[in-house]
Amino acid sequence: MQPGRLCLIAGVLSLAAMAVPAHAATITIVMENLVVSPAEATAKLGDTIEWVNKDVVAHTATAKNGDFDVTIPSRKTVTYVLKKAGTVDYYCRFHPNMKAILKIASEPSP
Amino acid sequence: MFAQLGAAIAAVMLLSSPALAESKLTDPQIAHIAYTAGNIDIAAAKQALTKASNKDVKAFAEDMVRDHEAVNKQALDLVKKLKVTPEDNDTSKALSKQAADKLAEFGKLHGAAFDKAYIANEVAYHKTVDSALETKLIPSASNPELKSLLQTGLKIFQGHEQHAEHVAAELK
Repeated sequence: MQPGRLCLIAGVLSLAAMAVPAHAATITIVMENLVVSPAEATAKLGDTIEWVNKDVVAHTATAKNGDFDVTIPSRKTVTYVLKKAGTVDYYCRFHPNMKAILKIASEPSP
Repeated sequence: MFAQLGAAIAAVMLLSSPALAESKLTDPQIAHIAYTAGNIDIAAAKQALTKASNKDVKAFAEDMVRDHEAVNKQALDLVKKLKVTPEDNDTSKALSKQAADKLAEFGKLHGAAFDKAYIANEVAYHKTVDSALETKLIPSASNPELKSLLQTGLKIFQGHEQHAEHVAAELK
């Protein structure tokens, strides 16, 4: 293999590696009055979910399949980077009536 | 069960009694009732944490302590800010009396019998408090910040009511 080609491959690889963080989106999901909105959100692998808890009580975003379990203290915002694709049902462990869905596509953002 | 239902009905009647309907509740009284109602549920939950055997019942009790302490802290901060001194009243007194009776009654129960009694009472109690908030306390509150906190509380306690119903259904 010629050194030039190796260099090109390395360049392409590093570009690909950079593509994920550079284009990853942040999706904001609000918890207010024990309601999650939007109740159904779509995201891509590597995107950041930003849960904003506007309530005076703490909430959690707990995946039914065990993929994540994030605690959001009262009137705080907590971020979480999506590491696994799939459609995930999640709820609040403290208030099980708070339910929502996160659809995570496996393709990172272009 | 009948005793619990009786207590719930008595509390509802108390909170919607003609005496209250005629003399409008004042903000210091409303603050006292709301705070007392929260404290009652915290005390009940703390008893449940020492006596409950079912894990869902225990988790529910932990949720009640966490949430009601958080809401009552907001209430305390607000009355301090508004320079309002909560005022004891007949409704608060009756609620406290009933709660003390319940603690004594449930203190004698053990295991699954305690779990069932505690959760059934939580369903009834939250129903009573939610209905009182909706029909009495919120409409009577004059300060907008107090009204808003009561409305927030109502949303949270309605969640508790549904949660308690769910746990109660699972126990059967």
